Amino acid sequence: MHMPGTHKLIITTPEGIKFPLLTAGPVTRFSAWVIDWMCIFATLSIVGQIVQLFSLINQDLSYALYGLAYFFLSFSYSIILEGFWNGQTLGKRLLKLRVMDVQGLHLTFSQIVVRNLLRAIDGLPFAYMIGGITCFVTKNSQRFGDIAANTIVVRHTRTTQPELTQILSGKFNSFKAFPHLCARMRQKVSPDLAQIVLDALLRRNTLEPEARIKVFKHLADHFKSLVLFPEDAVFGLSDEQYMRNILEILFNDGKTSDQKKIITGEQEVKNGTAQSTNDDEGRTGYGQETFPETTK
Amino acid sequence: MILDLNKFITQGRVTWSELEEILDRFDNDPGLKMRLPELERFHHVYQQSSADLARLSEFSAQQDVRIYLESIVARAFSLIHTPRKNPNRFRFFNWFFNTFPTTFRKHAAAFWLALAVIMAGSVFGGAAIGLDDESKVALMPFSHLMQDPAERVAKEEAAQKDKIAGKKSSFASYLISNNTRVAFLALSLGITWGIGTLLILFSNGVFLGATVADYILAGQSKFLLAWLLPHGSIELPAIILAAQAGLVLAGALTGIGNKLRQVSLKTRFRQIMPDLFTLMGGVCLMLLWAGFIEAFLSQYHEPFISYSTKIIFGAAQLSVLIIFLSISGKTRKSKREKA
Repeated sequence: MHMPGTHKLIITTPEGIKFPLLTAGPVTRFSAWVIDWMCIFATLSIVGQIVQLFSLINQDLSYALYGLAYFFLSFSYSIILEGFWNGQTLGKRLLKLRVMDVQGLHLTFSQIVVRNLLRAIDGLPFAYMIGGITCFVTKNSQRFGDIAANTIVVRHTRTTQPELTQILSGKFNSFKAFPHLCARMRQKVSPDLAQIVLDALLRRNTLEPEARIKVFKHLADHFKSLVLFPEDAVFGLSDEQYMRNILEILFNDGKTSDQKKIITGEQEVKNGTAQSTNDDEGRTGYGQETFPETTK
Repeated sequence: MILDLNKFITQGRVTWSELEEILDRFDNDPGLKMRLPELERFHHVYQQSSADLARLSEFSAQQDVRIYLESIVARAFSLIHTPRKNPNRFRFFNWFFNTFPTTFRKHAAAFWLALAVIMAGSVFGGAAIGLDDESKVALMPFSHLMQDPAERVAKEEAAQKDKIAGKKSSFASYLISNNTRVAFLALSLGITWGIGTLLILFSNGVFLGATVADYILAGQSKFLLAWLLPHGSIELPAIILAAQAGLVLAGALTGIGNKLRQVSLKTRFRQIMPDLFTLMGGVCLMLLWAGFIEAFLSQYHEPFISYSTKIIFGAAQLSVLIIFLSISGKTRKSKREKA
């Protein structure tokens, strides 16, 4: 049985580029569904108030309209919103989820309709039990509707570049006197490990003092086992400072403070618009040709 | 790979920001239409960012930048690449008079199978009532069908006033919602390799067969035809069409009856998707019509309206439906090609 949670679906583009889509787990999807149902009920109560006006003319007509509105809303809410918002309902939008084609392509309207019509089976016997169980057991957390329509629900996260200014404050780094060891360190450290160091330093102030010492000792011991710097380079360094030096080697590549600004997000801006005059310089492959500027 | 990261990020950041800005515009306005130069620029910055991602994916210490690039490339990819065959605007009349009947005929085998199963259920239900009258308790779907048909007919014909007066609209609304739900379920159960769809059809056939047999044995055939034909001539085919869609889904799932059995499951699903949409769209329209007919015509009997009128109306409706599904959308060219 597949363990639910974040799963990555790797998409390969025609250009040969690979990128992962983070599939949403059943719990997040259920939360979005609850929000959507709250919206449906809120809309229904408004519709109910409007429809009640018809009872002044014909009581039967107002009951009929309300019954049809309930049926129409419960089935078409997701179809309309997913069609209009490219795979998002209000609940999904709030929880940053999005329905996507299983190959990362743009959704077609028939895909949206079919995945929502199959709620008739996913919703059985109540509260999406069948759909929930199917999400738990399938690799990409797909319910029956998703399987039939070739869709997945992904976590649509917005990522930003790391803020390194607070960590790399331009202090003297004794490790830079040994460039060959720095190069060896960069070679040996995996992206995941580098990310752990970055996260630890960014979140250091949230740690309890004892935990902070313990975490950085553990990290420093590990990095010392990878590459051993000479005694005079590490003399007097705390474990935390040791890790700062390591981070600077990994992320900053031993560059000057001007270049640090670039990494830390200080983008060159002129006349209120980003400069794109030299954006093709020094690259290969795409983008050798000149394209007109985007109309701002 | 030797890569000057700082230079790489400096140069790339501008392009990435531009791509992100375009993506945000699409997020805020999903119906956004771009001019050709803008589209060219969008494609250019997408390809540039993709190339940057490819270069960076090998480099160890810039995971955050890589994740950021993956995120914007994924968003752009889904906007740029689409599996849509026909991006033209949806034209209702073309869809209804051409696409719908053509799709029905394309999957005729699934329709005949569905019809055979419901007929088998009807024969079973009819035989059960004929052989054992007590089976009525188990087979009749609604309590009002438990009474003796002759008694019911006498009661209906003796009624002096409209028994559903003031409830017609809500009754129609109930019938439309309920029948459409059953149709959606018949489609959805196709995902159980079609077993669920066939069971729904068979059970509906049993109820129908039992009711028909009960009225025929009681000598009330004319009343039965006048009662069921006006709405049943549309409602029953609609349910069979929904089951047809369910069987098409099951066919794609199992690969049975699929000419392209060798292709992947995803491809088979992708091929039938527009057909499911079309069939179910047609089913919804049919059930909408049937709901109104059942509420506003079927529930009235003699002396309010003659049985012959109702039977003629129902038969005419069925004939039109058969002709529509058989020949509508057939062009001379397609007939010639078939020949």
